[in-house]
Amino acid sequence: MKKKLAGTALLWLGLSMACAQAADPNLGRNLAATCANCHGTDGNSAGGIPGLAGMSKAKMLGLINEFRSGAKPATIMHQLSKGYTDSQLDLIADYFASRTPVGGAK
Amino acid sequence: MSAARRGFIKGTLGLSAMAALYGCAGAGKGAKGHVVVVGGGYGGATAAKYISMWSEGGIRVTLVERNAAFVSCPISNLVIAGEKQLSDITIGYEGLAKYGITVVQDEVTAVDAEKRMIRLARGGDLAYDRLVLSPGVDFMYESLPGMASAAAKESILHAWKAGPQTVALRKQLEAMPDGGVFAMTIPKAPYRCPPGPYERACMVAHYLKQAKPKSKVLVLDANEDIVSKKGLFTKAWADNYKGMIEYRPQSELRDVDVGNRTAILEFEQVKASVLNVVPPQRAGDIAAKSGLKLINNRWVDVNWLTMESTSTPNIHVLGDAIFPAPTMPKSGHMANQHAKVAAAAIINLMSGQPPSDAPLVMNTCYSFVDATNVVHVASVHPYDAATKQPQPVKGAGGLSAAPTEMEGKYALAWARNIWADMLT
Repeated sequence: MKKKLAGTALLWLGLSMACAQAADPNLGRNLAATCANCHGTDGNSAGGIPGLAGMSKAKMLGLINEFRSGAKPATIMHQLSKGYTDSQLDLIADYFASRTPVGGAK
Repeated sequence: MSAARRGFIKGTLGLSAMAALYGCAGAGKGAKGHVVVVGGGYGGATAAKYISMWSEGGIRVTLVERNAAFVSCPISNLVIAGEKQLSDITIGYEGLAKYGITVVQDEVTAVDAEKRMIRLARGGDLAYDRLVLSPGVDFMYESLPGMASAAAKESILHAWKAGPQTVALRKQLEAMPDGGVFAMTIPKAPYRCPPGPYERACMVAHYLKQAKPKSKVLVLDANEDIVSKKGLFTKAWADNYKGMIEYRPQSELRDVDVGNRTAILEFEQVKASVLNVVPPQRAGDIAAKSGLKLINNRWVDVNWLTMESTSTPNIHVLGDAIFPAPTMPKSGHMANQHAKVAAAAIINLMSGQPPSDAPLVMNTCYSFVDATNVVHVASVHPYDAATKQPQPVKGAGGLSAAPTEMEGKYALAWARNIWADMLT
């Protein structure tokens, strides 16, 4: 009996930990969609603004940090990048890295 | 083993199973039903596309729009200035077909929230599981008795909904004599597109400066001061249009003498060659007159986790029609963001899952100060659980330092991308 209980608790703990990062598994998708107005649906730009689909997580987070610090000059991204938390940006970068660029880079 | 303990184990397992379903599998999988979206602008078209796309066709989507094509309000001041044509800001709805969305060109005349039906002017009744209303604004002409007739509305234009009025105002400007006065009136905030009137003043002056340089632009603002991008507009007016643009704050329009093209203010009357009246606004008719709870008798009150009406279940409202959260502008960009919050929530709800508890919306708004130079304002608004509404992040967002041609290019690229994000 005790064993069974412990097993249940462990299973529960394991699942909770696995799920702790994103209460809603679509949070990354939803947050990334806030970028789509300018960077295109799923990060596939319609032109004139860089696309984000398929960009590696390291590259995206690196760029964001440069915008935030001012190391990379920007017209607007230095202001917008400060509106998202690190964990939100992590989810957004994961999401765009998982997207396939459509029709090549634009 | 006691019954209580058995219950505990069962409960724990149940919780684990739930966590597995919600937290680790894809929430929203298996969403089914029919969503009707009313209004194919920045909010409604985006909602239709994202509900269909994110539910992978599981939810059937019908978009009802009265016009044959979408015409963008952003960039329409460039049409008024003669820098763009109406065709440059007009896009059809055919791109939505690939998402399986049915687009119906019709007018919604009534909503029956009890029966979950809408009535169409031509197409009979349409049943929904959830309804999305994105009707934009309608004008409160009741505050301007002189504007009551259809003839008055054809003569004194708002051009605050892009389309035939945009072209008609352009024609009035073309017919205006050199040395004439273009006067525009701005209602008290909140109204659609806070910087829009000041951008219009710039763009009309830009045209007049070249074509009719003895003319004047008179801005009659009901507000205490310039509502948006004040420093940037003030500087642009001084640098580019000195002596041409005159700005008068606290000049609320009381009525219009249509025949004399005269704006009647509290203490004076202003006769214009072209009078452009942007009237006070409220939620679009179908949202304002369907029994949804309104704030100030004007704007729909919504739950910010779902964009659902606080009074009427299964009806979600987007865009300019809602009572905004603190510092949230009535903009096309923001309507698109509302639509994505609603789309995610609707898909979760229609698959038996709770909506996300951490939505975020953001705004980017570009204004032209002449044909090529542009300024922006931007902000980020994550949901705040304490106040139950989005709150702007302090230290994020902001304004341009000065107008630049680079932002002019980005403004047009923004339009191209957001139009694609809604319609293709």
